[in-house]
Amino acid sequence: MSRQSLTKAHQKITELSWEPTFATPATRFGTDYKFDKAPKKDPLKQIMRSYFPMEEEKDNRVFGAMDGAIRGNMFRQVQQRWMEWQKLFLSIIPFPEISAARAMPMAIDAVPNPEIHNGLAVQMIDEVRHSTIQMNLKKLYMNHYIDPAGFDITEKAFANNYAGTIGRQFGEGFITGDAITAANIYLTVVAETAFTNTLFVAMPDEAAANGDYLLPTVFHSVQSDESRHISNGYSILLMALADEDNRVLLERDLRYAWWNNHCVVDAAVGTFIEYGTKDRRKERDSYAEMWRRWIYDDYYRSYLVPLEKYGLKIPHDLVEEAWNRIYNKGYVHEVAQFFATGWPVNYWRIDPMTDVDFEWFEHKYPGWYSKYGKWWENYNRLRYPGKNKPIAFEDVDYQYPHRCWTCMVPALIREDMVTEKVDGQWRTYCSETCAWTDIKAFRPEYEGRATPNMGRLTGHREWETLHHNRDLADIITDLGYVRDDGKTLIPQPHLDLDDPKKLWTLEDMRGIPFGSPNILLNEMSDADREAHVAEYKLGGPAGRPAAKAGV
Amino acid sequence: MVDITVSKERSFPKQEFTDSEAGALVFPSSTSRSYNYFKPAKLRATMYEDVTFDVQPDPDRHLSQGWIYGFANGPGGYPKDWTKLVSSDWHQFRDPNEEWEKTIFRNNAAVVRQISLSLENAKRAKAYSHWNSSWTRFIERNLGAWMHAENGLGLHVFTAVQRSAPTNMINNAVAVNAAHKLRFAQDLALFNLDLSESDIGFDGSVHKDVWKNDPAWQGVRENVERLTAAGDWAEALFATNIVFECLVGVLFRSDLLMQISARNGDYITPTIVGTGENDYSRDLGYTRALFAMLTRDENHGAANKAVLNSWLATWVPQSITAARELQPIWSQPNEKVITFADSLESAKNTFRTVLGELGLNIPKELDS
Repeated sequence: MSRQSLTKAHQKITELSWEPTFATPATRFGTDYKFDKAPKKDPLKQIMRSYFPMEEEKDNRVFGAMDGAIRGNMFRQVQQRWMEWQKLFLSIIPFPEISAARAMPMAIDAVPNPEIHNGLAVQMIDEVRHSTIQMNLKKLYMNHYIDPAGFDITEKAFANNYAGTIGRQFGEGFITGDAITAANIYLTVVAETAFTNTLFVAMPDEAAANGDYLLPTVFHSVQSDESRHISNGYSILLMALADEDNRVLLERDLRYAWWNNHCVVDAAVGTFIEYGTKDRRKERDSYAEMWRRWIYDDYYRSYLVPLEKYGLKIPHDLVEEAWNRIYNKGYVHEVAQFFATGWPVNYWRIDPMTDVDFEWFEHKYPGWYSKYGKWWENYNRLRYPGKNKPIAFEDVDYQYPHRCWTCMVPALIREDMVTEKVDGQWRTYCSETCAWTDIKAFRPEYEGRATPNMGRLTGHREWETLHHNRDLADIITDLGYVRDDGKTLIPQPHLDLDDPKKLWTLEDMRGIPFGSPNILLNEMSDADREAHVAEYKLGGPAGRPAAKAGV
Repeated sequence: MVDITVSKERSFPKQEFTDSEAGALVFPSSTSRSYNYFKPAKLRATMYEDVTFDVQPDPDRHLSQGWIYGFANGPGGYPKDWTKLVSSDWHQFRDPNEEWEKTIFRNNAAVVRQISLSLENAKRAKAYSHWNSSWTRFIERNLGAWMHAENGLGLHVFTAVQRSAPTNMINNAVAVNAAHKLRFAQDLALFNLDLSESDIGFDGSVHKDVWKNDPAWQGVRENVERLTAAGDWAEALFATNIVFECLVGVLFRSDLLMQISARNGDYITPTIVGTGENDYSRDLGYTRALFAMLTRDENHGAANKAVLNSWLATWVPQSITAARELQPIWSQPNEKVITFADSLESAKNTFRTVLGELGLNIPKELDS
């Protein structure tokens, strides 16, 4: 369709809407934002007549590549280190995708602009596409990769795992609470516009370097839909900015959404890229370098900062602090170490780091070895069962962390942990901003203003609480992370499948008690808790207890 | 002359043969190559089930920590009390159309191609020049008005409802229904545009006035607007796909347009409207499957039937009124192939059949 006829056609389909007089559409989802004064902003022109054939063509290319990968024996050259992390990633991502579809009517309810409604409805169909095409990619991995365990339990594991729950924010956050907070600021303005760059562009690049060209095929196809979604979000954002009353809410939501996306997405994707790759060329970009390019330069400087002239208050401090956490405070390294510490309750295997990896990390992050090298050497030493327990239960100078009540990633940068009694319970937070999110932002009043539509943080937010004082073997059994012989674990702290003696079983886990840091914290006397928190904050890096911190 | 300069040495990841393909080793779970966390409807899971089931989690299944975000006044996620209907297991529902990404785009792109080809051929053959003026007026007014109904339902019933049902299987089926409606509405609008650009004196803007003011269409518009206002997602779905579509949608599309267009010298309209009928046939399929599951529920079937019957009491009079108010348009074309009474009886019969399958009461309004 030519540009001219597209414009004419788009103009025509705007005639389909009308102002109702008998009844107005049900408002299922409220917002505290106001759009009475908003000028109508056009998103990209989208017409079903051109949309469906375009997407079909994109699909044909994806499915052609999938056939080619199988015929070309792609799995002879994929790195297991990489593929194992896909068991986690691909268990999470179809849910955020389908949640984005579900979020569209929330935005439609909230924004009185029929032209945007059309764009949002097209986005809904895109998101169904993304969710199911990703499930299909995972099925292909399950069918053709050497170790299907973990892929086979995928959506169950996603729903009952601590890491799955962290990822679930990137999904539930799109569909719950204030419609604009969720479906516009969190989903479109931040998650899609900023973080899909690392998710769907940087990560597939790394997949290709590890012999997997299907992830790039599928995710670049997905990413090619995102520009339309970004346009939808931008249009709504500009409409919101037209009303002064919205400014304080925009500032709140941008701070929350930016920080939560950073906590969650950088934790996961940073780990996949830095610890899931075998490509250790010095000239290969680190996650920090990719982040600087895709998030800092392309999103923050090119998209966010120009919005200041429209009155949007940009969280410059939080952007800088996110960078500081990634580059100087070792955020990704701390998270990867935590994932590896918790390997018995994962549903994927984690390859130990080697000297080649150490050298690369030291090159990209000077000082890395002195912080994390020793621990990874211990991880390697303790990787087989028989003579030792899993590393989390051995003395390797690692203090199991408190979990952040808000983002649910543990408070790994120990000195930054915040502890507050909230709603009658002592809670820990990874940062001041996560504490603010729970205590100030997700409340029915914000800075003296009623915010009756704002959501709430709910659920059993500390995963360990569910399993406090239980035997590790029983926990793993209940989670279902056991292979089809009924005893060998799905997770392993290595990639060696060739010798059954190297594989951990339920019996190796028997007799190991599991504890909840939050329950223990709440059981402490005030004095003990104060001392405990003070000591915890002196700990790290690399999880070292205070007495050995800095060693 | 080509300037050859030494470029910076290029760097590539090293290719390595890892022998990581299925079957390279035998170990526990090395042959576990199917999703094992749900029970397929038949012996083997279909592709549709594999890519759809459990993607939307449920605290009653595997979601151990519960929903981690809540609404201000209630839980988050997909609360089951967003409808009055109750199921012993909402996850039993399967979309008989087995819609997933591949089918959505393959089917809809095929429809787009079919319509595009028809419109191109019509232009080339100057097909509209054979239309008499009463038929031109008929299409510009009535098919023009109808496209609003399709768009309104697509956006404010189906797109809205796909946020609310308790399982991914239901919500995806509804999302595809929304895609059908929106595509079809746009197909009609772009057909309208083509006709405006032909030299038959077609008024491409009168549809707005007809939809808003023509007495014949006010019953339909009221019905559509009230459907968009229904807060219970299952009620909106039932009242739209079972009641309104059977009594008004099929009446207008199938029992009027598809019957009379050819005799009025128009072979294009049935081609386009037929795609909408085909969409509805698929959409009625999943809707029947859903409500049949609910009316046959061992524990809640009787209560569900009572709720559905109460919804019939609300919506059938509304749709019957909308249908009856349309009656004048049956006399507008030159060639009157079918009477309104015959068309309405045909639509009622389809409706009776659907209600019979669901075990619901036949409302008295159908006999009047």
